[in-house]
Amino acid sequence: MIDYIDKIKQISKQILTDCRVDMVIGFRQGTVPMMNEPCFAKTVDDVDAFVWDSHCGINLANYLTGRKEKIGIIAKGCDTRNIVTHIIENKIDRDRLYIIGVPCRGMVDRRKVNALCDSIYEVTEQGDTVKVTGENLDRQLARADLLQENCTTCVHPNPVIYDELVADEVEVHTDVDRWADVKKIEAMGSDEKWSYFDDLLKECIRCYACRNACPLCYCPTCFVDESKPQWMGKGQDETDVRTFHFLRAYHCAGRCTDCGACARACPVGIDMRVFTRKLEKDCFDLYGWEAGLTLDVRPPLDTYQADDPEEFIK
Amino acid sequence: MKIIRIDKTDWDSGLKKSADHYRLVGPTQEKDFFLYKPLKPGKAPDMSFSNTRLSAKGTIYPQSHTLFTYSLDPDQKDHHLLIEPENENPPTAVIGIRPCDAAAFVQVRRNFDAPDYQDPYWLNAYENTVLVGLACDQPGPACFCTSTGGGPYDGTALDLLLADNDNHYLAQVVSDKGAAFIEKAGWAGEVETDAAMQIFQARKAAAEDKIRSTVDTDHLADAGTMALYDAPFWEDVAFACINCGTCTFLCPTCWCFDIQDETHGMSGQRLRIWDSCMFPLFTRHGTGHNPRGEKVQRVRQRFMHKLKYYVDKYEAGVQCVGCGRCVLQCPVNIDIRKVCELMNNAGKQPVTCTA
Repeated sequence: MIDYIDKIKQISKQILTDCRVDMVIGFRQGTVPMMNEPCFAKTVDDVDAFVWDSHCGINLANYLTGRKEKIGIIAKGCDTRNIVTHIIENKIDRDRLYIIGVPCRGMVDRRKVNALCDSIYEVTEQGDTVKVTGENLDRQLARADLLQENCTTCVHPNPVIYDELVADEVEVHTDVDRWADVKKIEAMGSDEKWSYFDDLLKECIRCYACRNACPLCYCPTCFVDESKPQWMGKGQDETDVRTFHFLRAYHCAGRCTDCGACARACPVGIDMRVFTRKLEKDCFDLYGWEAGLTLDVRPPLDTYQADDPEEFIK
Repeated sequence: MKIIRIDKTDWDSGLKKSADHYRLVGPTQEKDFFLYKPLKPGKAPDMSFSNTRLSAKGTIYPQSHTLFTYSLDPDQKDHHLLIEPENENPPTAVIGIRPCDAAAFVQVRRNFDAPDYQDPYWLNAYENTVLVGLACDQPGPACFCTSTGGGPYDGTALDLLLADNDNHYLAQVVSDKGAAFIEKAGWAGEVETDAAMQIFQARKAAAEDKIRSTVDTDHLADAGTMALYDAPFWEDVAFACINCGTCTFLCPTCWCFDIQDETHGMSGQRLRIWDSCMFPLFTRHGTGHNPRGEKVQRVRQRFMHKLKYYVDKYEAGVQCVGCGRCVLQCPVNIDIRKVCELMNNAGKQPVTCTA
């Protein structure tokens, strides 16, 4: 992955020099291990700050919403699927984008590394190995063992839409059970599901990092913030907490690309992907649909056909 | 200062005795992190933590607090009256609070206990709480408490300061509240102060050595407010921000709240809940106008409040205790240490006079 950076910088500088774009959105080196910071480059000199490694998991499509400039954007497979969704939903014009596609080998889950010790000082990578240094810790680990869960089942690591690719496409997993995690929960009984979800959400502090990290959540006023009418309470009541998570997930049905931004952002480690994953699987099973793969087909949940089945209307 | 030796074999039994007089709150592990929770009877605090993911702020200032309840049903006694909850703040001991979180209460108190206004809820809870602090031997990778007027062994904001000294704790009795707690717990092994203080000093030096970052704040007060407000770096600082509430909710010194009435049928409650200057709704007027409608304005507000307005208003340093939580948990790596450096450097530049 780190070998991509020279090409990323070269393309970024070129499109800025040629005035193809006003800015390029990418990542710069973070101040803590495994965290890079989304940033913009408006000049060729700014581009020198760009980095690319296994810690660029934030979905940069989130930074396109409502922007008026001509923008270059560095985009992984999932980011490009969210760009497609943004274009379909009229959040950005294709013509104003220059998409620098990055074939993705998966992003490191910082929680897996942070679980190794209280103080991680430095994380570096070389090829398939990640070197972790911390308080009384100096270890080499296989990159594959540290990936975010969504990356381990990803079957669209290559950009689906781009103006230029920074490298050859990567090999796509064919030997994974994409829906093993969802099936596990589907197989639970009602009581077991209830206690599972209860436990899942009990630490939620309603900071809305999951919502705000998601490129799909761009409503001018989110339903949780509406006051006329006020749909739900704002305290820590468990019904309100669950309502937020369930409704947020439903708003993502048929749109979610499982980029993992929500779970990655959560300060208390909740994997709220559990909800969107189920909807993702349902859309796949019912409509053969995967979000953000094409500009040419309307998503199943924002269209209808005269012969749609209607047995559910009683 | 009086120093008590508490053998670890006497720790649990002392806490158990104290539980007859205090509600005990202490560090508890939930999944992969620690937070402060009321300790169930017989449950000991888990003192093995580095620092808690959520600060101790909520022990005195809960995220969601019922100020009163009401009934709108004319058949009910006391209908249409506001009923305050009873016995809200029993004597409480927060066991294992870190010096940084205790220092945050001192900073927050300047807001909640001001000459003109006193917040009865916060003050009452604070006054009824004894802070049984645990000195910090393993500062985290983003800690910078020594830059914000505190330190891993700074007991000034605590009632008791415990140092974990192998098979026993050494407890500095900082206040009368702390002395009362020690007495209720039945720990009586007073030790010779000078020798014990040497141990504290040595441990303090070792802990401070482990703090890996420092932040300069010395020019913030001199900086021109409008020069900082109009500084060119805000667009760059704010770009990555997703305007979630992680930084403010995890921050022990952020105190802003919202008031919500929740009515269900004929009964309801008025809640005070944490709010965040990162949320657009925080400043939206009834007219729909929002003076901080843009993200860059909200991000600037957070840093200006902590590192400039607070500094100028109270003349007691920054509104930050250097606990590093916002640094480590920000989903997009916005780092207050870096922003503070930008602001402090701006303060170094002489104010240009065009006259």
